[in-house]
Amino acid sequence: MSIYLMLFLTFLEIGAVSFGGGYGMISLMREKTVGYNWLTDGEFLNMIAVSESTPGPIAVNIATFVGASQGGIWGALCATLGIILPSFIIILVIATLIGNLMKFAGVQSVVNGMKPAVTGIIIATAITMVVKAIISVETVGQPIDFSLSRSIIFSLVALAFFGYKTVFKKEISPILLIVISACIGIVICPFIS
Amino acid sequence: MKKLLDLALSYFKVGLFTFGGGLAMISIIEREYVQKRKWIEKDEFENVVAIAESTPGPVAINCATYIGYKVGKVLGAIIATVAVCLPSFFIIYVISLFFDAFMSLKIVQYAFEGIQIAVIFLIFSAGFKFFKNMKKTPFNLTVFFATFGCMLAFAFFGVTFSSIFYILIGGVLGLTVYLLGLLLKKSKKEGKQ
Repeated sequence: MSIYLMLFLTFLEIGAVSFGGGYGMISLMREKTVGYNWLTDGEFLNMIAVSESTPGPIAVNIATFVGASQGGIWGALCATLGIILPSFIIILVIATLIGNLMKFAGVQSVVNGMKPAVTGIIIATAITMVVKAIISVETVGQPIDFSLSRSIIFSLVALAFFGYKTVFKKEISPILLIVISACIGIVICPFIS
Repeated sequence: MKKLLDLALSYFKVGLFTFGGGLAMISIIEREYVQKRKWIEKDEFENVVAIAESTPGPVAINCATYIGYKVGKVLGAIIATVAVCLPSFFIIYVISLFFDAFMSLKIVQYAFEGIQIAVIFLIFSAGFKFFKNMKKTPFNLTVFFATFGCMLAFAFFGVTFSSIFYILIGGVLGLTVYLLGLLLKKSKKEGKQ
């Protein structure tokens, strides 16, 4: 299968089943892009950071970025088209034919069952990512390779995240957290590596 | 015609100037289309947001398609959807051209060591937000913990099981519980007669 068709179909699949915007899609995107060996975990995280710090819908940004990295401008176009097409068709059907699909209790009940599943997936993905980042273990039995620099960075980022919450009584904006953690990385990494 | 041009330009602006993804866009979209242009009533807009959040796909795209359709039917839907994605597409595509060269700088690598950890935090925080907003019914909690537990276990034991299946199983369970509830109600009614 050509890479363009594969990008299109992969993001079509992601766009068709994931709820709740960008972060609702991240688990599935990671599974696919890392699973197809398009990206490493680290590269994927870099792309999320860039997508979060540039304007526009995060899901579209990530799709464009992954597409561009695998197939240049046509790859970007195929991936972006894939991620928006399911939305577009579903909303068009709702707007033209049904008025409000959510009024049908049956449809609502399907969505109600999917949402807790998506929530479980996101948190589980985050946990596997932390474990992988800090001790580079993905599956049981792999040798543990403890990364001192990453665990220090992890503690400092946690301090920034929760410290901000305690002091300002609200959550830190994603972009500010990214900027702070970039500085933490620049200061810590040269000493421990 | 003038209205369609206005639609295209205003959605382009929304795509260009909003950071933080779909959910952050909603307040801007409301200001543009409910308050300023009065293309859509406040009640209907709230409905659109609910639909956008409970249908698959990026929330911003869902909103754009719906409002575009309201303003200019299918052509309007296409114009709004494309317009909101265009800035993302070009910005990310240009970044992708220089990203590898940028990443080869030592200081950038250090910065991204920190940023990657921050992104994992953002994923966590998105997951917890989903969890907080979830109604803690026995059904939701069961689906949540079952998905969470299975996903972690499968990940650490290296079993490949696409997270799409969890979402689909969740949907089927939601529908099943709903239908069972209907049956139960019906049989109770018949019992009374």
